[in-house]
Amino acid sequence: MAMVWIPAPWREKLTQGQQQVDVEGATVRQVIEALDARFPGMRQRIIDPEHDRIRHDIAVSVDGEISVEGLRRKVGETSEVHFLPAMAGG
Amino acid sequence: MTDHGETTRKGGEIRNFGTQTYKVVGTRPIRHDGTDKVTGRAVYGGDIRLPGMLYGQILRSPHAHARIQRIDTSRAEALPGVHAVVTAADLPDTTGGRIDLGEGHADTKYMRDNILAGDKVLYRGHAVAGVAAVSLHVAEEALALIDVDYELLEPVIDVETAMKDSAPLLHEGLTTTELNEDTGRKSNIAMHIRHEMGDVQQAFAGAAHVAEAEIRTATVHQGYIEPQNGTASWSEDGQLTIWTSTQGSFTAQKQLATILDIPVSKVRVIPQEIGGGFGGKIPVYVEPVAALLSRKTAHPVKIIMTRADVFESTGPTPGSYVRVKMATDASGKLVASEAHIALEAGAFPGAEIGAAAMCVFSCYDIPHAVVDGYDVVVNKPKSAPYRAPGATQVTWPVEKVMDDLARQLGKDPVAFRLDNAAAEGTRRVDGIVYPRIGGRECLEVARDSDHYQSELSGPYRGRGMAIGYWFNIGLKSAVTASVNADGTVHLVEGSTDIGGTRTSVAMQFAETLGLDAADIYPSVGDTSAIGYTDVTGGSRVTYATGWAAYEAAEDVKRQMIERAAILWESSADQVEYSDGVFKTRDGSKSADFKQLAQKLEDTGGPVVGRATVHPDTGVGGSFAVNIVDVEVDPDTGKVDILRFTVIQDAGKAIHPSYVEGQMQGGSVQGIGWALNEEYAYTEEGRMANSTFLDYRMPTSLDLPMIETIIVEVPNPGHPYGVRGVGEASIAPPPAAVAAAVENATGTQLNVLPLRPDRIINAMEDSIPAAAG
Amino acid sequence: MSKIHVQCTINGEPTEFLCEARQSLLEVLREELGFTGTKEGCNDGNCGACSVTVDGVLVDSCLILAAEVQDKTVGTVEGLASAEGLHPLQQKFLEHASLQCGICTPGFLVASKALLDANPNPSQHEIRHWLAGNLCRCTGYDKIVRAVLDAAGTAE
Ligand code: FES
Ligand code: FES
Repeated sequence: MAMVWIPAPWREKLTQGQQQVDVEGATVRQVIEALDARFPGMRQRIIDPEHDRIRHDIAVSVDGEISVEGLRRKVGETSEVHFLPAMAGG
Repeated sequence: MTDHGETTRKGGEIRNFGTQTYKVVGTRPIRHDGTDKVTGRAVYGGDIRLPGMLYGQILRSPHAHARIQRIDTSRAEALPGVHAVVTAADLPDTTGGRIDLGEGHADTKYMRDNILAGDKVLYRGHAVAGVAAVSLHVAEEALALIDVDYELLEPVIDVETAMKDSAPLLHEGLTTTELNEDTGRKSNIAMHIRHEMGDVQQAFAGAAHVAEAEIRTATVHQGYIEPQNGTASWSEDGQLTIWTSTQGSFTAQKQLATILDIPVSKVRVIPQEIGGGFGGKIPVYVEPVAALLSRKTAHPVKIIMTRADVFESTGPTPGSYVRVKMATDASGKLVASEAHIALEAGAFPGAEIGAAAMCVFSCYDIPHAVVDGYDVVVNKPKSAPYRAPGATQVTWPVEKVMDDLARQLGKDPVAFRLDNAAAEGTRRVDGIVYPRIGGRECLEVARDSDHYQSELSGPYRGRGMAIGYWFNIGLKSAVTASVNADGTVHLVEGSTDIGGTRTSVAMQFAETLGLDAADIYPSVGDTSAIGYTDVTGGSRVTYATGWAAYEAAEDVKRQMIERAAILWESSADQVEYSDGVFKTRDGSKSADFKQLAQKLEDTGGPVVGRATVHPDTGVGGSFAVNIVDVEVDPDTGKVDILRFTVIQDAGKAIHPSYVEGQMQGGSVQGIGWALNEEYAYTEEGRMANSTFLDYRMPTSLDLPMIETIIVEVPNPGHPYGVRGVGEASIAPPPAAVAAAVENATGTQLNVLPLRPDRIINAMEDSIPAAAG
Repeated sequence: MSKIHVQCTINGEPTEFLCEARQSLLEVLREELGFTGTKEGCNDGNCGACSVTVDGVLVDSCLILAAEVQDKTVGTVEGLASAEGLHPLQQKFLEHASLQCGICTPGFLVASKALLDANPNPSQHEIRHWLAGNLCRCTGYDKIVRAVLDAAGTAE
């Protein structure tokens, strides 16, 4: 099962304060679906339905690296998945 | 008088923690574009001249916050020599959408409003109209003939005031988002970010030592010497060509297409040599105005900013208000920390608050932590990235608190940091677990360095140290390589070269093929000549474009092996390549790269290798540590830097001289940020020091030699172990310099820059922890 | 606006041009005569990117009027190298990696040459003092100062 790190602002509203959640899923998309099944509202916070991709203001990281394949990124049995604010450099 | 330090050293020290030795990588060849740049031949954006070219100028708002009631351009248009005037009315008004700039996103409406103000001006220097005329001087005269009626509004120029409920609002429609959820609250706070890990309250309650700091830092500028420029030619078939100095030709292309609402294929950006950027030349400013003027006049139009324009309407980095509190247990292990970070985004949302919130505690292993970050609009130019954006503002408060805790514990500052340094496996406050990183090694090297081990004595002298972090980015790069008949290779890359990256990329290509750096002729392609490549920023070029060069070299190798097989009437699996020589496995035939290159004509024609990458493994952050000795003049409060050492993890330094150059340049920018640089504002929100005379950047006389120690903790995610080095070096200097000044004077300082008057006041008050 | 006729010598070549009274030497060099090696960073005498020599004296070309160089000798970065090759300062700047973006480089080279012409054996402090009118934002000056010391043969 992949470990999902729940962003702090969503913990109150969605996961009853849980900071980490374990879910099944072989891709980021499946992980999000599994999350949404347990905590309705997750999907809409992460996926931009119009373009079928991660919302522009969110970055998803798998095992510490920002996914460049977005929803299609593979997730391993012991992977960690994070949802972070999208960012920049100089 | 500053003793500037020893001068004999050719290159700095390198401390190796397991990197390999290579033939080309790690050497110091002369850069490929060097001769053009020392002879004045190199063509920068401002040097462009086209037949029939007109000169553009931009009228800028004299007010920090006002509603535009009327713009009358008729008198300007009537001036002989004036060809056209444009305003926001000439911009498309299609709404909606955001664009992906590779490094973050931008809202289309805000982007257009920043190019030419719509109904409101939001900072002094905000562009209002553009003029094209036969000469610069005529265009300048025309600006004075444009009549604008403003209804003045109250400005808000600092982040603390802007966050108050009573503050005047810059954008009537702006509401605060949390992560990405709209709270519906109208405010100047565009975004609130929160990271939280563990149980912070409980951890603080059980802590043995607690320290806190409250810090304010001024708005500062990237300070590149070349002003923004752009030349546009919009031809009758709808094709727009732009010559400009940009950190990313494709990012500029995308911005232009979005702002002008035309397809990207209609925009060709030809990047010129670029005279510095440091993040500030990612956004476009004058290019869209030049484009509109070109379309309206059917002439090419060139616009170059004045220095005052650069200060008043481009880039600065956010001013900040930061509070940090940290605690240890009795043994000196960090147990809890919290941070409140408020950054000034400038007139439109988008300070690098995400980066600041991620970097604030990134040097340490802290089990319980919480960070609140706020992106706040104020009546200043829209901020732009500046070298490790967001990291410098948060490094000082954290390092100040770390020094305080070390004092409470009676520990050496470096030893205390080593006890708590983040390492492989440490979970950061944003939840991410570190891969192999070099922070600890940097601290160890600092501890053992000649500088740290040396004695410093004398009145009003003090030493400080600090560590900072930048996470670096990967993103997309493309490279093509054409093998020439003489065995050399023309390499085209999409990354604009601000500091010698043509060479660091070419070296990786040469290494991979067993060639010499001088055999490679690297050049930067325009948007029609090379595949999409993201900006030169985020310390990514040597890392990601270098990786693309490595892959392109592998592609060339594969094709050359096939050619050798054809030549020798053998098969590819019977040919191998090593040390620059192709041979058949049985050893009967061999040819070096040059010999085989001569045979390409007979074996199928040209060989072109290519690669695109978008690495998502092993981007590999970088740490920088500073040790600094200062002397403070007790009468004037002036600070002299006596000695400065920067230690940074480069993974593997491809060209050590240019790695040192990044470390030294970043350090000196950080020293300027610490001691002198600031936007001084009048009450009306007017910048009072928009010249290089009054905005005081460090000169050669202000500085000693900047000693460097490159630490090489190879990045396992990169073919040559590279970590980007462009940015981390700016994060620690203000913290280290401030600590040194505090030690020298026995004071506590809380505001950047550490101006002489502030130091004198603090010394007069001389009540520790009560200054500022 | 009527134009002024100016005769001068630029990098050893007798040159004549027409300019307006309000045009700076920098503007005429870059926009009229094509000497774009001389750079503009501020146009108000505070960055040194536009450094040239006039009758051997180091000046910011943005601060003098083009009309002022009548009968004078102007030296720009384009005049440093010769058919024999690069000037030693140019060579040392390359060897020491003294440039990153390179926009300040022409100004530093012209200023450093003026220094070595006046003082062939400058100390590090004298170099830093002389070059304090030239801003470089990329390098932190370390490698520039080393190159000048090396070119002068005065590395300590
Ligand atoms: S352009 Fe002349 S000194 Fe800056
Ligand atoms: S090398 Fe860029 S300003 Fe000096």
